Order: sequence, then structure tokens, then C-alpha cells
Amino acid sequence: MAATSRSSGAARAGDIRVDLLLIAGMVTPGSRVLDVGCGDGALLEYLAKNKAVDARGIEIGQDGVNACVARGLAVIQGDADTDLRNYPSGAFDFVILSQTLQATRNPREVLLELLRIGRHAIVSFPNFGYWKVRLSLLWHGRMPLTAAISQPWFETPNSHFCTIKDFVSLCGDLGITVENRFSVDGYGQKGLLGSSGLFANLLAEQSVFLLRKNGKPGA
Amino acid sequence: MGELKHAATVPAAGKSVTLGTLRLDCGVELGPITIAYETYGRLDAERRNAILVCHALTGDQYAASRHPLTGKPGWWSLMVGPGKVIDTDRFFVICSNVLASCMGTTGPKEVDPATGRTYGLTFPVVTIGDMVRAQAMLLDHLGIADLFCVLGGSMGGMQVLQWAASYPQRVFAAVPIAAAARHSAQNIAFHEVGRQAIMADPSWRHGNYLEEGTVPRAGLAVARMAAHITYLSEAALHRKFGRSLRGGDHVTYRLGPQLPEFEVESYLHHQGSTFVDRFDANSYLYITRAMDYFDLAAEHDGKLANAFIDTPTRFCVVSFTSDWLFPTSESRTIVHALNAVAANVSFVEIETDKGHDAFLLDEPELFNTLSGFLNGAAEHRGLKRP
Repeated sequence: MAATSRSSGAARAGDIRVDLLLIAGMVTPGSRVLDVGCGDGALLEYLAKNKAVDARGIEIGQDGVNACVARGLAVIQGDADTDLRNYPSGAFDFVILSQTLQATRNPREVLLELLRIGRHAIVSFPNFGYWKVRLSLLWHGRMPLTAAISQPWFETPNSHFCTIKDFVSLCGDLGITVENRFSVDGYGQKGLLGSSGLFANLLAEQSVFLLRKNGKPGA
Repeated sequence: MGELKHAATVPAAGKSVTLGTLRLDCGVELGPITIAYETYGRLDAERRNAILVCHALTGDQYAASRHPLTGKPGWWSLMVGPGKVIDTDRFFVICSNVLASCMGTTGPKEVDPATGRTYGLTFPVVTIGDMVRAQAMLLDHLGIADLFCVLGGSMGGMQVLQWAASYPQRVFAAVPIAAAARHSAQNIAFHEVGRQAIMADPSWRHGNYLEEGTVPRAGLAVARMAAHITYLSEAALHRKFGRSLRGGDHVTYRLGPQLPEFEVESYLHHQGSTFVDRFDANSYLYITRAMDYFDLAAEHDGKLANAFIDTPTRFCVVSFTSDWLFPTSESRTIVHALNAVAANVSFVEIETDKGHDAFLLDEPELFNTLSGFLNGAAEHRGLKRP
């Protein structure tokens, strides 16, 4: 089961996590947006209020769904692995998958589905190439625990960790173009040292990608 | 309140209007039809704040006002009223008695103008679609071009779906609660048990009991008792009654039609007998049949999504975990069809052990969901806050 669930850690709209803010920055005002794994709806609410988007959400946790609907957001209970197939192709301008890809059963299929139903996909994930992760394995010989990878191996929903390089490679295989990317460093700030290449794969704790299918440029 | 007379002998209080004729799905031209209805709150100057509340099988127009026969508060008075979830300080709420029912709207217990006798079984078979067309006629009469929201549970939810499919431009928001896009075989089976119970009662007189001065009390009561079980859940029944005995700690080793041994039997007897005092047996036959016929996909080439192509309506679909009559899977089918046309839809499954009837009860999670959805939708429609 894909744990398409996240908590915003922010009490008010307009006061959201840096990675969510980076995602919001990639969304065109007035567009149609589907947030897969929208949690308590913090990002959707931010987008609806600040960017006037037509905001929809899918969330696996019933508590999150009920909280979203009670906030007036159009959210349904569902699972990234099974419920994207119900949507028609090209139904959204942006489909967002934040901190969820690594928890899906079949990340490759989910990625393709995101770009079938959306003209763009915005995907964020914890980077397994982050230096602290590498060091933890090398030095301690233990599975890493960081801010972005916060649960021990025996109870994490994350089953498909990847590095930024791995992800870029998969995008290449699937004919997906990376239009833009940001990294978030260990301090939760937008990464200053290079958004691409070796440095990002080493220094980024998390990464945010704006994707589209090859051959269809522009929004 | 004292001993009640049979529904058929007590005229319903409240508003009613006689409109034109209605061409039914069965082909019969019925009418002029009369619709009995109640309204709450005020229609705003732009006529944009109207909410139509659709009642369930045995409901009526008295959603938020005292029932004229039972004296009890309206069936949705927890939900509808000043400052409540369906806030009558903000919205203009209409609730009309469905076609074929028995609280003042044209139905089998009314007099057929062609014969001067009560319709009985000569009343034409109606559908959910017919009920909704009759409601649309009422809205035309009230001068309401489009509704802010259509909302209802169970059969009320079927009407909501029919409204959204038949009149998408007249429905800004739609809330089907504990509903389904078609009646399942199991539900048809339960309804048939109820109908057979009524028709097996010698006092039913082939549907002609009103003319012959009898009342099929036993049959209608049994129908209600059987149906009532389906509205609850095993957990709720156990919580309420368990195996408690009426006469203390010991069984009595007696049997008889009026000798309930267990508390749960006594409860069902009470449900049956009070129902008979307010409901018409033939109406029960007709309305259950209308629900059985309901299959929205069948009307659209077998594909439910086709019923909602290009829908401008915002939906909020609600189900309850312990509802085994209209289970969550039915709501999910509706949601999938709406997703397939990229409709604006919210879907909430509410955790409760109260079964199908949870939509009528005090369910804070339901109230939170609906008030959030209604406030969000009202904001999009530009309705003023009270």
C-alpha cells in the first residue's frame, strides 16, 4: 500500500514547509492541479488561496481526507498506486506527488500515470544519495535516519528509495524531460550549491522535480 | 401525543401547489400533480441560495418542522435550521414530498380525478427520474432557475445523482449521502420481502383498502421491521440491546405475535407500529419499486461516467463504514465515475457503527464534512455569509 499521506507541519496557510513552497513556485496561477497524497491539504489550500488554482487532492488517510473536505477542499480518499487510472488523460495541468514516490508499490507506473493525467508532474522525494545517508551506511553500517528519512527500517512505508541520479536516469528511460529542479539541503533551505550534478546528489537532502513528457514543451 | 389516526385520514399541513401534468417514464401522463413542500429561510434577491433537500424512502417534506401526524421534530432537524450545518439564516431550503408518497403529494392514496376514487394500485409506477422532474416543476413554480445545492441521504442521494445527471446546469453543488447509482440485487430482495409482507396482509385488499375501510397494519409493520434492521448495523443493535430480555433475567417459554421476549423484538414492534400510523402501505410499494428501478448507468449506455460528462457541478460523496445497505463501495463507484470525467469531487467515508441511518443521526464528522463543503462551495458561488 502506498502511503500517500503527509502532514504539513504548518498551522496556517501561507506558512508552509520549504519543499511545499518550492512546489507551489512551479505551479502556474489559475491552472488545474491534482495533489496526490495531499495530507491535511496545506499545499492545496495555499495554492487555492495564493494562485487561484482549481485544486483537487487524493489522500490515503481518512483523517486527512475528512480534514481537507471540512476545509472546503475537493479531496477524495484514494491510493496513488490504484486510483490514478480512473482519471482521463490530460485532465490536469499539474499533478503533484510530494514525498510519496518512494512509498508507492510501483514508482515507475505511478510516474507514467502522473504524466498521463497531467501535462506536468511535480515530484519531490528524499535523496538517498545525501551525504549523511551515505556516511551512516559507510561509517555506522546502519540504515540511515535523517530529517527526511525519519522512521526506522522496520516501520517505514518507504520501500523504493532512490538517489537523484537514479531518478534522473529513470526519467531518461521513460522519455520524461526534467524542466526544472531544486534541492533542499539539510537545514530545510533551498539548496545553494548546484541543483544538478554530483553536488546536488551529495548535498541535497530532498529534491523537487518539474517534469513533462518528451515532445510536449511549454505549459 | 395521543392515539394517532391512520395517515390516510389526516390531511397533511403545510404548503402545497398543484402544477401541470407530468409525463412519467412508464408513458402515463399524470396530473395535474400536486406537490406538498416545506421551505425554511429566505430566498436571496439573486435567487442563488436555494438548497433542495431530498428525503429518503419513508421521509417527507418536514425536514426541519414538526411532523403533523407524529408531533415529532423534523427528520433532519439536527442538520437544518438557523446556525446549523444547512444554515437557514444563509440558505433557502426546500424539501418536497416525493411523487407517490403520502404526505400531500400526488400518490396512490389520493383521489384519482378521473374516477373519483382513491388511486390504489391504479396509480402509475413512478421512477426516481419522475420524482426529480416533479421537483423541477416545483422549482419552476417557485421561480428558482438553479440550485446552490441538492442534498440527500439514501433514496434522497439517488435523487441528488439524478438531479446532477438530468439538470447539470441547475445544480451548483450535489451531496449524495449513503447512496448508490443503482439499487443492488440484495436491496431489491429486501424490498420485495417488504412488499410481499404488505400484499400478504388480508386487509390490503389488492391495494383497495382505503375504499374498503381497512388498513394492512400487520403487513406494513412487518415490512418496516425487516427494513429497519437493514438501516442499522450488527454492532449498533448489539450495543443497544444485546440479548437483554424484557422480563428480567429469565426466558418465559411463551410464544405469540404480541409476546416479545427480547428487548430487540420489542424495539422492532415499536418501529413497525409507529410507522403504520404515519405511512401509507401502497406508497411503500410504489416508492420501493422506484428505488429498485434506479440504475443511472443503464440510462447512459451502461457507463456511469457518461451520466456526468462535462458536469459543472461540485460533488461531495459521503458514506459510512458500517452501512451495509449502501456500502462505501457504492459511493466509490460514483467517485470513480466522477473522476473519469475529471469532475470536482470530494469523498469522505465516515467511521461510525450506526449503519445506514447514520445520516439522520448526530454524527459530528458528518456535520464537519458537510459544513466545510457547503462553506467552500458557497464561497465559490459568491454567496454572502449570514
